[in-house]
Amino acid sequence: MARDIDIREGIDWTTVWLYAALVFFGWLNIYAAVYNPESPIAIFSTSHNAGKQLLFISSTFVLILIILFVDYKVYDSFAYIFYGFIILLLLATIFLATEIKGSRSWIKLGSTFSLQPAEFSKIFTALALSRYLSTQGVNITKVRDAIVAGLLVFVPPIIIILQKETGSALTFAAFIAVFYREGLPGIYPALGIALAILFVLVLFFNKFYVVAGLAVACGLFWYVFLKRYERTRQNLIRLGGVFVIASAFVFGVKFFTTNVLQPHQQKRIQVLVNPDSDPLGAGWNVTQSRVAISSGGIIGKGYLQGTQTKFDFVPEQSTDFIFCTVGEEWGFIGSVIVILIFAALLNRIINLAEKQRSKFSRIYGYCVASILFFHLLVNIGMTIGLMPVIGIPLPFLSYGGSSLWSFTILLFIFLKLDAHRSYKV
Amino acid sequence: MFQDRKQIILSFFFLVCTIYALRLFYLQVIDDTYHTIGSTGALKKEVQIPLRGQIYDRNGKLLVANVDVYDMYVTPYKVKQMDTTTFCRLFNITRSYFDSTMTIAKSYSRNRSTLFLRQLSKEDYARVADAMVSFPGFTFELSFFRTYPARTMANALGYIGEISKKSYEAQEVEYYRSGDYIGITGLEKQYEMELRGRRGVKFTMMNVHGENKGSYSDGEYDTLAVIGKNLFTTVDVEVQQLSDSLFQGKTGCVVAIEPRTGEILAMGSYPYYDPNMLSGKQFSKYFKELYRNPDKPLNDRVATGFFRPGSTFKLVQSLVGLQLGSITPETFFVCGNAPVKCHGHPSGDLHNAVRFSCNPYFYQVFKKTMSATPESNPFKAAPIMLSKWHEMVEKFGYGLKLGIDLPSESSGLLPNVKYYDKRYGSQQWKFSNIYSLSIGEGEISVNMLKMANLAATIANRGYWVTPHLVRGIGQNGKGVLPEHRQVHRTDIETRHFEAIIGGMQDAVEHGTVGGGAGIVEGIAICGKTGTSQNKKGKDNSIFIAFAPRYNPKIAIAVMVQNAGFGGSVAAPIATLMIEKYLKRKIERTAIKERMLNLSIRTVEAMAAGSAAKPIPVLIPESTSKTAPVVPSKPKKEAEKSIKTTFVKPKVEKFNKTK
Repeated sequence: MARDIDIREGIDWTTVWLYAALVFFGWLNIYAAVYNPESPIAIFSTSHNAGKQLLFISSTFVLILIILFVDYKVYDSFAYIFYGFIILLLLATIFLATEIKGSRSWIKLGSTFSLQPAEFSKIFTALALSRYLSTQGVNITKVRDAIVAGLLVFVPPIIIILQKETGSALTFAAFIAVFYREGLPGIYPALGIALAILFVLVLFFNKFYVVAGLAVACGLFWYVFLKRYERTRQNLIRLGGVFVIASAFVFGVKFFTTNVLQPHQQKRIQVLVNPDSDPLGAGWNVTQSRVAISSGGIIGKGYLQGTQTKFDFVPEQSTDFIFCTVGEEWGFIGSVIVILIFAALLNRIINLAEKQRSKFSRIYGYCVASILFFHLLVNIGMTIGLMPVIGIPLPFLSYGGSSLWSFTILLFIFLKLDAHRSYKV
Repeated sequence: MFQDRKQIILSFFFLVCTIYALRLFYLQVIDDTYHTIGSTGALKKEVQIPLRGQIYDRNGKLLVANVDVYDMYVTPYKVKQMDTTTFCRLFNITRSYFDSTMTIAKSYSRNRSTLFLRQLSKEDYARVADAMVSFPGFTFELSFFRTYPARTMANALGYIGEISKKSYEAQEVEYYRSGDYIGITGLEKQYEMELRGRRGVKFTMMNVHGENKGSYSDGEYDTLAVIGKNLFTTVDVEVQQLSDSLFQGKTGCVVAIEPRTGEILAMGSYPYYDPNMLSGKQFSKYFKELYRNPDKPLNDRVATGFFRPGSTFKLVQSLVGLQLGSITPETFFVCGNAPVKCHGHPSGDLHNAVRFSCNPYFYQVFKKTMSATPESNPFKAAPIMLSKWHEMVEKFGYGLKLGIDLPSESSGLLPNVKYYDKRYGSQQWKFSNIYSLSIGEGEISVNMLKMANLAATIANRGYWVTPHLVRGIGQNGKGVLPEHRQVHRTDIETRHFEAIIGGMQDAVEHGTVGGGAGIVEGIAICGKTGTSQNKKGKDNSIFIAFAPRYNPKIAIAVMVQNAGFGGSVAAPIATLMIEKYLKRKIERTAIKERMLNLSIRTVEAMAAGSAAKPIPVLIPESTSKTAPVVPSKPKKEAEKSIKTTFVKPKVEKFNKTK
């Protein structure tokens, strides 16, 4: 068995090209976002984000090479060790970090660069989870195993919340797709989605209307969907239970949003429903990003011709709101192409994952796809006003070394595993 | 295990992607709120208003010019604690005006500038400029208003004013903003497009703090302001000014046309008022006064009035009669024997009848015309001949609009068969019902422009050119619209003209124009008096003429309201103007003096009695030190710059760059 196969042949070049397209396009847009028509800046200068991003991009070549030339078994074997290491690093960060914009998640490296361990924790959580779920005899449908798997996924975000990086913590919710793929009963993700829908309904409508709607839905379910013989006393109690729990959830949401959430978080949810409720405060980002994207029209204003995405109208322009630049300068066509590339990438990863003979590789592939998807869902969703403002980057496009590196590592570990897919661990 | 779940997961991914794509489609393609340049707040749209074109007379003398003035704007939040009393004294405004305008400005926007005072003269501006240091928040913007150095032709030139709400909303392509100036009447309205020039637009990028960040897209969407084109009118300002002085104390109108070209040499509607009265800050002061004057100085009597043509119409009757063959130049009718009265003069042929304006003669002419058909039943003959007559008279422009380049022109009335059928019933009328037409009375009505046009048509021996006021757009003599060169031929053959032209010359020299008041040495003037009945009082004095008899240079029509017989007042005025135009000087000073000193009060003015105040005379000083005109409602700056909905607190986005 020749283990040292030629990586150039084994690697999935389709994925690599999709990745490269996104990274390159991202860099172009970061330049556009910092571009100042008054005093054009050199595109390679490291005094601004585009120049720095170019440095990050160059450095990812080194990372990619390292990942590809390290023995693929390392990722499996050392998964727990990596996981333990990152947990310690996350904990250490709370104490070592300097506070940036209210969060303590950045560790300074030298004077110019800082690192955000939270970004990397996803990778190692994904590895550890894959390792655990691929362990002989572990079955997610078993309560004990589900709890262990759940803990693996839950611990890092809790520490990250302590760092006040709620956005990054939320991304761990992505793993539910992995659990589902590995056998978690469909009812759980379905329940999750149902609750999310209920949550949104409560935001937009009076809670009493929502409860009334629930009652009608239950009635319809009972008389239309259940066959006569299914209408047993037991099922009636179950349905009643569902109704009671759902109603409790509805009231809970109201209580949660008004009493538990911090005022600024409440506002973020409020402006999602009605951006005009606070156009200068919490609604500012939402509104400006919508204006920017809208003003792009079908074909966009042209590269570097945007007006909304310059001059600080949209904060976090090159990081979390990079999609606004795409929308404004490349228009509907450009935006949809970005979404299509992402869809193609997700499709490719999942299909590759399904081809893996190794369970570890397959689960890890799903982790990668789920994490990428979740970022896409939240990030683009918030720029187009379908999601509350949650500060997480758009994979590969957003400015930032930590995010670019972490997504690159995440993806290329999978490509490395995939290159060796014929060898079952 | 669970391979099928791959499809579910992928489907969910794709579903979300599809929803996002649809959302983008809605935002970027369907919802066009933010699609236009500058609708988003990151771009400031600055509008540059070009200077309005000036208006000149045919010899390049300035009729309408622009004067630079300053408009003062206030940005409420920049206004500090200030000495209001000093400020009010400085600008000569009342405390209550200050307070109310400030309140309006504040209620509009604290951060944007609102028009505070309009049209400060350069002198006023210079006077207050130093003092303004202690009044932050007030800024000045250069503007202009119209001034009329020749102080004439108020009605024909028209005036400009703030665009009305109605026209503002009616514009198809959005060009004007509320508060913009637009031509309201006269040439200012007619040639608005040429005079206004093209407004420039400059897009400037603003950062979130409202700081200027340079021009947008290297000025690709900017347009340069193009100065309005100058208008060169056909008017001879010296003749025009003579007419203004001759009409002192009189009401009426005058219009003189160059027959060959249709160019209007003079056009006045009286009582006279100085056009500067309706310019800039004077407007609100004088407009009401002029509007209320019983003699209605604001009405343009030349193109929109309604008068009976009176005896001048006998010329048309003769020509139609000659053309139809119902008379010849030698036809003899006795003066008398008709339901129309006459004044003692010898009977004779057509020449004689024109010379003495013989009413019975033209009664007979029209009677002959109306029966020049084999049909013997007068109830059937009259409609047949009237429609023929109507067709021929209409070619003189009667009952039609002549097409002068003014926004409003009356077409007058030339009764046709339908008209009388409606009035009397079909075949229920005959010549005896309509004979008043024979001497230009009865159901016919015209404006003075048509009368001058008749003189021009006779001068041309059978054709007329659309009368017009502008002979050059941008350059003198260039850019005349083709419709103003159009030649309109009548049905009358050239040979028929000499008979009446001779009569017209005699009428001036020893006919209806009495006492030689119409004789100008060396110039053969052919004219026709008219005395148009005025129901309310003394007749209107009318005179139309052209001169010289051969190769005519000027055709003129003059009407003086309530001045009586046509030869007494209208003819001297007309011949004085002809003299001025052809000789460039007046030799008949006695007649001129007599006309200058003659004052005729109209019936309307007499009825109004002491309430009729004379029209004020403007002291020739355009930059008076009176208080600047207070705008009726402050012009909002919002309309000057495209609105932004979102302004960060305490950040001024629309700081004026000037």
